[in-house]
Parts: sequence; structure tokens; C-alpha cells
Amino acid sequence: MLDVILMLLVLFNLFSLGSTRISASIRVVAYQGAAIGVVPLFLPGKIPGGILVTIVLVTLLVKAGILPWFLRYAQKRVNVRREEKPFVGASASILSGVAALGTAFFISSRLPIPFAVASPFIVPVALSVSLTGFFIIISRAEALSQVIGYLILENGIYLFGIALLLEQPLLVELGMLLDVFVGIFVMGITVFHISREFEHTDTSRLSGLADWLPEVKRSE
Amino acid sequence: MAILLFLVPFAAGLAAFVIKSDRLRRRLLFSVACAHAVFSLYLCLFPSGGEDYRWLWFGLDALGRYFTAVFSLLFLCASFYAVIYLKEEKSRPREKKEEGLLFNNAPEAAFTGCLLVFLASMSLLALSRHFGLIWIAMEATTLVSAPLIYFHRQRSSLEATWKYLLICSVGIALALFGNLFLAVSASGQGPGTEISIDRLLGPGVRLDPLWLKAGFIFVLVGYGTKMGLAPMHTWLPDAHSEAPSVASALLSGALLNCAFLAILRFYQLCLANGLGPFCRELFLIFGILSMAVAAVFIIGQSDYKRLLAYSSVEHMGILCFAVAVGTAYGSMLQAANHSFLKGALFICAGNILAGFRSKKIADVRGIAHIMPWAGVLWFAGILAICGMPPFGAFLSEWIILKAAFSSGNLWLPAVYLFLLGVIFIGMTGTGIRMTFGVPSIPEGKKSFLSLLPALLLLLLSLFLGIYMPAALDGAVSGAAALLGGQG
Repeated sequence: MLDVILMLLVLFNLFSLGSTRISASIRVVAYQGAAIGVVPLFLPGKIPGGILVTIVLVTLLVKAGILPWFLRYAQKRVNVRREEKPFVGASASILSGVAALGTAFFISSRLPIPFAVASPFIVPVALSVSLTGFFIIISRAEALSQVIGYLILENGIYLFGIALLLEQPLLVELGMLLDVFVGIFVMGITVFHISREFEHTDTSRLSGLADWLPEVKRSE
Repeated sequence: MAILLFLVPFAAGLAAFVIKSDRLRRRLLFSVACAHAVFSLYLCLFPSGGEDYRWLWFGLDALGRYFTAVFSLLFLCASFYAVIYLKEEKSRPREKKEEGLLFNNAPEAAFTGCLLVFLASMSLLALSRHFGLIWIAMEATTLVSAPLIYFHRQRSSLEATWKYLLICSVGIALALFGNLFLAVSASGQGPGTEISIDRLLGPGVRLDPLWLKAGFIFVLVGYGTKMGLAPMHTWLPDAHSEAPSVASALLSGALLNCAFLAILRFYQLCLANGLGPFCRELFLIFGILSMAVAAVFIIGQSDYKRLLAYSSVEHMGILCFAVAVGTAYGSMLQAANHSFLKGALFICAGNILAGFRSKKIADVRGIAHIMPWAGVLWFAGILAICGMPPFGAFLSEWIILKAAFSSGNLWLPAVYLFLLGVIFIGMTGTGIRMTFGVPSIPEGKKSFLSLLPALLLLLLSLFLGIYMPAALDGAVSGAAALLGGQG
């Protein structure tokens, strides 16, 4: 069952790379969050039931509930439908996703986990989810797409952490979840401000600050 | 007790959001800053046994005490300036010269609250003994400092805020990977090993070297983004130039050091596991690269706040270089000098900006004639940060040079001196052009009070350069001893 979830996550990766419609991307991120949220249920159990249920419920609530809802709200409010001019087109993105998956498998073959894990695919899939997020951040121009990319990146890290190292103190895990949560909110609010101020949210046009602007001639 | 360093500013920060009276809020900011500075200075100079400030994952060791005292002193001076600055900003809606647009500032309550919570999260970072907690504190500093950058509600500051948020969040996400790798490397100690400093530095703990190495790379790149190491520094000049000068002073003088502290925590573990040479090699690469990038952008810089920002990149490079050539003592001393001098310079820059209404170097001429105090402090600050004696930066850069020579490889001191020389020429040239000559505006602001914190910070650095009391020397060597002693 764990491997099925991991395979689904790979498919979600490719799907989010291929879609330029923001609402579809948000939906995929929600599915991804839900899939990652239930992963702890399928791990060989060393964790007391109460903590396990808490972690699963909080993760589902945040990653599949509140954050996608907030992104959806932000999307409606700034009124963007699709990624108009991504730096990398959809098919090239999907190919890069496949390449990322290969890279992830290569890296994890070089970094053997020094203890028994539930599935050999956890590390490569977690890395590939993160790489996908990273790729989306750098290849998309819409501010909201970049926020989605950041969420995907965090999802990958969360999968890595939760699948391998659930025994870390609950308080620390929840603190990390809270930080990501607040981070997405702050980014979302910044997107609102950008949209109000510039009347667009295309970050490739946010280029007022640079060191050597063409029009700045040094007057000596 | 030490936990108060976090709790008091945190509570005061939350209170600042709801306090209606401007005057009360400003008093709160300044009095919390005073109390914080006095308490942390006391802890730093008179450590009572050291180990008894420990509770759960909190505790102050020599390293934490030292960094806390440095950023707390800077925060005290910055908050004094902030109170004056906020009073002035309140009295008039300002006009930005370049764009000719009227703009309003963010509510003052939010600004003050964020300043205090920012202090709280930096204290949390210095207090944390658990790597997860360090990460949480680091991310918290990013989130609360973003509104500080966006204080002037205008397009350019919004752009800077966005870059800052996105680049630093991604960087910190990479550092989280580093933490998880650390947890994997610690798994040999039995399931559920806490990744806390005390547990992992405990007797007989061996970490898996492969995963620890991978973890260090991720942490160095991740927190290095926040620290402003090249090539991950791209957010830094934008944020430092667009933020109000109080926030720039704190970002540059306090936050960058805190990111360095987070890296050093990881470095402590690597040292204990025999990975010192591997880490120092990485420190060397990033250190020299940062100094070189800073040198390129300092020559030909057209904006004086960006100039200071690149100087910060340079100094972060020097800190890494110092650790790489084996003088943690020099690195610690340099960190304090950088904090004080950069704080002083940004406060001067704020005054110059208020007088000249422009951040362009070309628009600012003859500060010394129309704003004598600002001119003197600005020029002295520029000389000091470039390592002129008798200021403290000279002493620390000298110690680092000596260590570089004794490292055996003559290329290191040669490259170091060359880059420092280039930066010296670039910065003092700009400083001379701005300070002297025919004034470009008829009349400046003559307020001494808003320059007082800059004067105090400069004097602090001067003090570090000419006199080293035993208690202070003990604090610096204590911090350095945790990083492999002095070289």
C-alpha cells in the first residue's frame, strides 16, 4: 500500500509539472498533501496510536485542507487563471520531471540509509517531490505558482521526515508544520499586495531592482 | 532564567500589536531593548558556571551568550534610532524622489511588534539546543522581518520583500533537509535519538559521516542563503537597500550573524566527528567567493545602501574565511565588529537619506559641509569597516591575516589581502566623494540625536580595537573554544 501511495506521488509530480492552470495545480497539491498525510498509517508501527492519529489529522488538516483552500482564495482574489508565460513549457517541464526522478534515484543509491526502512522508494520519491517543487519555483513566472512550488518542496521534505524519522519529538514536528503554514500565509499576503500595487503577479516583470541598470549612468 | 531573553520580547511584541498609544509603544520598545541588552551583556561577561542555564532544549553556552550580547547591543542602539525615526515618519507622509509618488508607511504598531518578535526569534535561535528548534527560530526570523522590509509601502520594497521571502524560504527548506540528514546520521545511536547539541556531543556518540557530510552541505547552502554567502546572496542587496534603515541595520548586523551561528552549531558536530577539514574546505570556497563577488559589485556601485549590503556579503565571507584558516577567535571578534560598524553605517545612511532624499551615490555630495556629524560618522564608519586602525575591525582582520599566513599556503593571505585592498579602494573612494566636495543640496538636517546610536556603535568598535578587558577576552575565547579553539 505504501508503494502505491509513493507511485501516486510520482504521478502527481508529473501532473503538476504539466499543468499551467493554477486551479488544477492547487488541486494536485491538495491530493499530494493528503497522500503524504496518510503515509504514517502504513509504516510499521512503533508510534503510540494517539500521537499517530494526531499527526495524521493535523497534517491532513493543514496540507490537504487549509493551505489549498487559502491558495484557492488567493487565486480568486488576485484573479489569475493560468501561467501565461512560463520560462519552461509544459512538455519540457514533464521531461525535466522525469530527469528529476532519475536524479533522485541516483542520489539515493549513493546515500544508503543506515537502518531498515519501510520501502526502498521513500527516499527517491521524497527527493523527487522536492526537486519538482524546486523546478516549479524557478520555471514559473506567476507568484502564485511559485508559492505552490514552495509548498511542493516542503511536502517532499515532510515526506522524507515523516517516513524515516517519526520518532522526533512531536512538538518539533508541529513547530515545523506551523512555520510552513505561516510562511505560506505571509507569501500569500505578499501576493495580494503585489497584485494590488502592480495589477499583475508576474514576477518576471518585478525587475526594478538591479545593480547595473541600463539607464543608470554614473555621472563622473 | 535565560529563557526570559526570548519570552520578554515575545510578549512585548504581541502587546505592541494591540497597544493604541504611540508613545507607550515606543517606550515599551526601548525599555525592552534596554533590559535585553543589560541582561545578555551580564550573562556574557559574568557567566556563572555556564551550564546551569539549561532547561529542556534551551540553554546558553559561551557561543550563544556571545552572539546574544552582540545582537542585543546592536538592537538597543537600533531601537533608540527607531523611536526617533518613527516619530519623524509619523509627522509627514513622504514623497519618494525617484518615483514622485506619495506613499504611506505600514502601521507603526505592526512595525514595532515585528521588531520585538524579531528580537525574540533571534534570542530563541541563540538559546536553542535542538536543531529542529534552531530551524524553527530561523524561519521565524524570515517571516517577521519580511514586514519590516515592506514598511515603506511602495513598489520597490514590495519587490525586495518578495525576493527575500521566496529565496530565504527555499534556502531554509534546504537547511531542513540538512537537519533530517543529521537525524539519519544519528540513527545509529538507537531509534528516536534527539538531534540536540548536548545529546549528539555527548560522550561516545559517533555519527554516520556520509550523512553528516551531506547534512552539512545542505545546512551551509540553506542557512548560507540567509547569511548572504555568494552565490546565494542575491536577495540581500535588494532587501537591505529597500528596507528602512533601522531594519537594514538589524538585518545586516544581527540576522546575518545569527544565520552564521546556526551553521556553526552544525560545524560543532562535524568537528566532534572528525569532519573539521572537510567543513573548512567548504567554508574557504564560500568565503573567498563571497569576498570576490562583493569586491566586484562594490566597485561601480551606484547606490550607497547597496554598497553597504555588498560590504555585508564581504564580511560574511571574511567570517567563513577566518573559520577556514583556523582562527575561530578572529571570526568571533570580526562578527562583533561587523555588527557594530554596519549598524552605525546604516543608521548614518538613514540620516543621509532623510537629508538628501536619494539613495544614489551620485546625488550625494558634501555631507560634511551641511550635515557635519553625519559626514564625520559616515566617513569614519567607512574607514573602520574597511579595516583601518584603531577600530576593532583592523584587529580582527589582522588576526585572520596572521592565521592565513601560518596556514602554510601563501595563496590564501595573498587572495585575502588583494580582495580587502580592492574593497578598501572601492569603499573609501565612494566615501570621499560623498563626504567632501561641494554640497549637492542647500541645507541638510542637523539632528544630532538620531546620530547618537551610530556614534555609540562606532565607539564600541573603537573600544574593541584598543582595549580588551579580561572578561571580554574570556567571552570571545570561550566562544572560540567551542569551535576548535584558537589557531
